[in-house]
Amino acid sequence: MTTDLAIETEGLVKVFGTNRAVDGIDLHVPAGTVYGVLGPNGAGKTTAVKMLATLLRPDGGRASVFGKDVVKDADAVRGRVSLTGQYASVDEDLTGTENLVLLGRLLGHTRPDARERSGQLLAAFGLAEAADKQIKNYSGGMRRRIDIAASILNTPDLLFLDEPTTGLDPRSRNQVWDIVRAVVAQGTTVLLTTQYLDEADQLASRIAVIDHGKVIAEGTKGELKASVGSGSVHVRLRDPEQRPEAERVLRSSLNATVQLDPDPVALTATVNGHGTDLGAAEQAARALAELSRAGITVDNFALGQPSLDEVFLALTDRKGTTA
Amino acid sequence: MSTGTTVTTGKDTQTTDALDFVAPKADELAALFTGRARPPRPGALAASLTFGWRAMLKIKHVPEQLFDVTAFPIMMVLMYTYLFGGALAGSVDEYIQFLLPGILVMSVVMITMYTGVSVNTDIEKGVFDRFRTLPIWRPAPMVGYLLGDVVRYLIASAVMLTVGVIIGYRPDGGLPGILLGVALLLVFSFAFSWIWTMFGLLLRSEKSVMGVSMMVIFPLTFLSNVFVDPKTMPGWLQAFVNNNPVTHLATAVRELMAGNWPGADIAWTLGWSALFVVVFGSFTMRLYNRK
Repeated sequence: MTTDLAIETEGLVKVFGTNRAVDGIDLHVPAGTVYGVLGPNGAGKTTAVKMLATLLRPDGGRASVFGKDVVKDADAVRGRVSLTGQYASVDEDLTGTENLVLLGRLLGHTRPDARERSGQLLAAFGLAEAADKQIKNYSGGMRRRIDIAASILNTPDLLFLDEPTTGLDPRSRNQVWDIVRAVVAQGTTVLLTTQYLDEADQLASRIAVIDHGKVIAEGTKGELKASVGSGSVHVRLRDPEQRPEAERVLRSSLNATVQLDPDPVALTATVNGHGTDLGAAEQAARALAELSRAGITVDNFALGQPSLDEVFLALTDRKGTTA
Repeated sequence: MSTGTTVTTGKDTQTTDALDFVAPKADELAALFTGRARPPRPGALAASLTFGWRAMLKIKHVPEQLFDVTAFPIMMVLMYTYLFGGALAGSVDEYIQFLLPGILVMSVVMITMYTGVSVNTDIEKGVFDRFRTLPIWRPAPMVGYLLGDVVRYLIASAVMLTVGVIIGYRPDGGLPGILLGVALLLVFSFAFSWIWTMFGLLLRSEKSVMGVSMMVIFPLTFLSNVFVDPKTMPGWLQAFVNNNPVTHLATAVRELMAGNWPGADIAWTLGWSALFVVVFGSFTMRLYNRK
């Protein structure tokens, strides 16, 4: 789409008692993209989303959605957003059809229209057979799907997905990811909160990392990864006895931190490119050569991009927290 | 948008169980998207009635919840009629003429407190987050609740009047009197329930809602003229009883059913009702918006 901003916040604050749940967050979310908000439990993700979705009133700062203030112009914001909360935002006592018809009516559709639309959505989301069952009898994956179906009953311009795959099995998680991709392909902006790094990696184009109510890093996936290092070498030795020696060789060769993996024959070193013009691959090759020169037998090695896990741990460690 | 009124879901789609569901492809989904056009928003009444429909659906799915508007009122009528009848009025037959309108008022006013409990349990669920992000008239979900509850009160009234007539209640006002009395009772109960929506939003747990409700409801219903004429009560108690809204309501309903026109008590009842809506309705909405 254009470079319009779907969400803009400045110094957003929410305080619960003495807990500054959201402590001055600035966000700029371009329209038409998936924006990931990544953080551990209790980082303030849900609180931030609730303020943006007009459910909570900010205690400080300001936030706007498509240029409309979430407090002063809450009604205009409500007309353009949809929310799928951490827990299914559908009525558990009602059936799938009843939920969607109820929502359709509340959005102003006539009863026949609401019924027709409900039937189409349930069929598209593989819920036609469960249409007349109460939601409380749905599996976790089915709940997520009806929840998202409810959220796109009227095409929203901005969809909030608050931890959409928490508690889902891998298959259901992949289904939700596919749906999210399809929704974005229609031009809807998605703000996705997650505590799963690979989820943000899979879906989001830009990511804000939040911890203790503050944004501790923001950028594209590539930028975030580059901020930690350009890659890492994973080495597996034949003989666990040689690991201390291997650690020493790698550290001096790569001039970087070496991490001992839980597996007694494995270690991982970051290749950060500091103090040399060599590329990551070349540096790694040198380090391996030095290992063999030192008489250490390498069974297997791999050169990888740093994962967002490593990014996340590095960022939170820097702030003195352990994850 | 569409003209069709018949919907065939499931029949013509392939078997899609949860396991081999494949997310809709982008082009399939595109067909589902309504584009940016949206139907006009529903008005305040339409939105409230839609929430009322939700309450009806809940009764349909969990009919056990009608226990408190069927079994409980029958118990109340039988218990108090036979317990006090002989002692207070000489005979059950005579006492029921006095008691039935009163016990009807008392039971229905008591039943209103379940509103608070259901608001409290419902609001904690995720679905309220969705309702609150909809661009609709803000009080609609609450009004919808109360509209659903009015149906419950109506059921309770019908049950009690039926039992009453079976055991000998013969009001002089006939059917019109009964209908007017029930109508007034429903108006009052709808208004009074805003106290419970407020407590349902204010208090943290279902148990505390129950506790507070008991504290309000027992003095309000027992310290009234439902069971006996207040003339024998000490002066300070009479002062409370005579100004208790439940007394005005009970008198108004009793007289209406007896075929009279208790103008003052009707006025008092409607006045109290308006006050409840204005005061507790606005507290409720303030809490609801802030929750």
